Formats: sequence, C-alpha cells, structure tokens
Amino acid sequence: MDLFDIIGPIMIGPSSSHTAGAARIGKIARMLLGGKPVKAEIGLWGSFQKTYRGHGTDRALIGGLLGMEVDDTRLRDSLAIAREEGLSATFYAARLRNAHPNTVVMRVQNTDGREIRLQAASTGGGEIEIQSLDGLETAISGHANTLVLTYRDTPGMVALIGGQVAASHLNIATMRVSRAAAGGEAIMTLELDGAADQALIDRLGALRDVDHVSYLAARGTGTTAGEA
Amino acid sequence: MQTMAEVLAQAESVGSIGKAAAAWQAARDGVDERETRARMRETLAVMRDSVRDGLAPDLRSVSGRVGGQAALLNAPKHVARFGRLGKACAYALAVAESNACMGKIVAAHTAGSCGILPGVLLAAQEEDGFTDDALVDALFAAAAVGRVIALQATVSGAEGGCQAECGTAAGMAAAALCELYGGTPARAADACAFALMNALGLVCDPVDGLVEIPCVYRNVGGAAQAMAAAQLALSGVPCPIPCDEVIAAMKDIGDAMPQSLRETGEGGCAACASLCAAGKDRYGFQS
Repeated sequence: MDLFDIIGPIMIGPSSSHTAGAARIGKIARMLLGGKPVKAEIGLWGSFQKTYRGHGTDRALIGGLLGMEVDDTRLRDSLAIAREEGLSATFYAARLRNAHPNTVVMRVQNTDGREIRLQAASTGGGEIEIQSLDGLETAISGHANTLVLTYRDTPGMVALIGGQVAASHLNIATMRVSRAAAGGEAIMTLELDGAADQALIDRLGALRDVDHVSYLAARGTGTTAGEA
Repeated sequence: MQTMAEVLAQAESVGSIGKAAAAWQAARDGVDERETRARMRETLAVMRDSVRDGLAPDLRSVSGRVGGQAALLNAPKHVARFGRLGKACAYALAVAESNACMGKIVAAHTAGSCGILPGVLLAAQEEDGFTDDALVDALFAAAAVGRVIALQATVSGAEGGCQAECGTAAGMAAAALCELYGGTPARAADACAFALMNALGLVCDPVDGLVEIPCVYRNVGGAAQAMAAAQLALSGVPCPIPCDEVIAAMKDIGDAMPQSLRETGEGGCAACASLCAAGKDRYGFQS
C-alpha cells in the first residue's frame, strides 16, 4: 500500500467497489473478449443487485465494456453511448450460491461472434477478481501483466507455453492452470514480471491446441489489450 | 512508516510529516521526488475541479435525494457567518455531492469520505493564501497518516463503520491542516488523534445502501471535526492519548460493532422509517 492508494484513485463516484470496481471488471471483460462487444447479458448478485442503479454499477460495467477507465466522465452516460455504438446490453437478477456480495456474471459477444462467459467480484476499494472464465476457475486481479490462454488440455502444454515465454526473456511470477476434464477445455493464467510484446502473443496464439490468447497490461502503465 | 511513532521518527529530521512522506513515496517508486510531487499536484487539481463541479445548483443523484445542497451552503451570507469553517463545510459537501452524482473525485481515502480533505485544505488556501506546493506537502502528510490507520486498523466502513471512513479522513485532514499552519509533526499527530477520538463509535448506516444519506452530511461533520482538532493541537493542547492508541481503540470498537451498523444499510439512519419505506428497492432489482 502506498500513499497514492490512500489519496486516490481518481475515479467517478459514488463507490469504489460498486462503481470503480465495476468499471474495471467491464474493462477487463472487454480485453478478455477481444474486439468490440456487441451484446452483453449481465447478471448481478448481492449488494450489486440491490443497489446497482443508485451506485451506477450498470453504467460502470457498460462503460468498462466500452473501454472506459474508472476516471472517465463518460461513464455516467455509458448506457446511451452503448446504444450509439451498437452494444446491446440486458441486466437481470442472478441467483448464485456462496458468492461474494458484489458479484457479476456476464456473457459477452463481439463483432466476430466470439463469446465469453465470466464471473467476477468487486472485493473493495476498487479491487476486483475475475473468478471464472467460460466456466473454468481462475483468479485475475489485473495488477500484474497477465496472459490468459484458453486451450485444449493435452500433454506438454505447460512446457510449450512456458518455453515461448522464456524465449521472450520474461519471468513468470505466478501460474494458474485449470480445466474442465482431462483432454477438455483448459485455462492458463500467467502473471509476468515484465511486459509481453505482440510477437510473443502471436507465437502463443499459433501453438497447436491454443484457442485464444488475451493479454492484460497492468494498470500503472495504462490498461491495454493484446490478443491472438 | 507503519505506526504514527515511526512516522514521527522519520519526520523529525526533515521537520514535517509531509516532506518525509513525499521522500518515502519517491524512494518507493524509484523516481525523482519532483515527479512524485507533480503527481500529487495533479491530484490536487482534480480535488479543486470536484469542488467546482459539486457547487452546481442543478446537480442531482440518481435517487434525487442529494445534489445541489452545497450551492445553498456556499451562498455568501451563509459562508460569511461561519468564516473558514463555513467555507470548508460547503466545499466538503460539494465534493461529497459530486461523488454521489457520479462526478470525478479523488478517493481520500475512500469515495464516501472524499469531501473532508479537499474541503478543509482548499478553504484554508482561499482564506489564507497558501501555495499549491504547501497544499501538496499537507496532502502527503494526510496520506502518511491515513496509511498508518489503514495498516494498524481499517479504513473500510464495512469493517470498522464510519469512524474508519469519515473518522479517518477527519484525522488525515486535521494532521494536514496542522502542518499547513506550521504545527510540528508531534502536534499534527495530536490533531489526528483528537479528530479520530471525537469520531470513535461512528457507525456506517447508508440509507438504501447508497453513498448519500447520511454520508454527504458526515463529510460536512468531518470537516468541522478536523478544523476543531487542528485548533486544539495548534493551540498547544496535548492529546492525552497517543495517536497510535486512539487508532487501536478505533479498531477495537469497529470489531465490536454489530453487522447491521457496518455498511449493510440495515441499521441506524438506514432503518429510519420515513426514508426506508419510501425508497425500498427503488435503486436495484425488486427482491
């Protein structure tokens, strides 16, 4: 915790968890999806469900999906901007079990027809966690430079992917792997000490059995997305 | 700089908490201190804009319950009556209302308590002509104090009630104000202790769970508490309890606070019949 965590962040009100955190979840969902979102079905749970309108949680989530940052004054008009930009969004009351009080589930589709499903929680003070992607368990905070790969679970994938990261002279700080079943869809989340470049993202995307690669650049350096 | 005692030890050699804190942050980021100060100056500029935004008379929150009230407080005859305090209260309410109306603010330390620090500092600047650099020093002092409270207790209303939110912000603002007016680091720590002591037990009871009522008015109260605490310390009244002990007491009280009074929107003001009957479930889905 540093002094700018205490005096900061600069954000659109009214709530770090219900507004700023929601905008970050939307932004990361956009980066994980890749491309321009055209359709979003968003389920809210707990305090998100009970207070979303007063806290602007809906506007923040949609603003994030449109690529806005937590301090973007357009957040408050994001529902209208979404209509202009061709993003059709619906909200519903989700029914979840054992979920964090500020949880959102969403299904988002882009112009290419690619669709992702995710569950995320806003854990306080603007901190967030993407907890699952396409039904596979994960834990993405957005603090570190993060590579997210979905692939078919076959022997040697960790070595193949790790080899490509090593070839770019990058150190892997944390690695998380989960899968639906042996040989099924799997997800790998790699937090890096350095920054990945597009060449690495392209090489990873070209590996056999890799379905999709997303890259989340950490907050401090400005959040940008890469994909393959 | 994990406790107030450690902050004071660091501040002793350079003469102020603010200067010691700015140097600490620059060293932590591995950058020149000028860069760190420039970043805080930008933060101050956002604070100033948020006061201006919040003074707009036509401002309204989604619920329609707050917005436009700071403009009433800021009317010349009302500000003149209460002087610096009147101006600080108007500005604190302006920032808090701007936040409630989805304006751009600096969380300091939270969004719910964001009015207190800019309220007292910007009013002091207008009344007494302090430079932006002096305010930047004061903001670093406030941040160092807030960080100690966050590390030793909590700054979350859900964990410690409003004493941890507006109480902490008042403590930060009191220390900042004390240094701004030339108080020593020890006096600034006393100012923080007085402000925090006077906020002990304050519960977090937002109506409908929204950052509106009583939150925006608690920002006004926090600004007043901060100024009173700074006056006590600057006058040389020693706080009988060291700041670190007041912080520990705040944590103990927070731990003992029932769940219904910790940001759940169930108790306190949130349970008052006239508001909770009218507003039930209007700001989310029907349950």
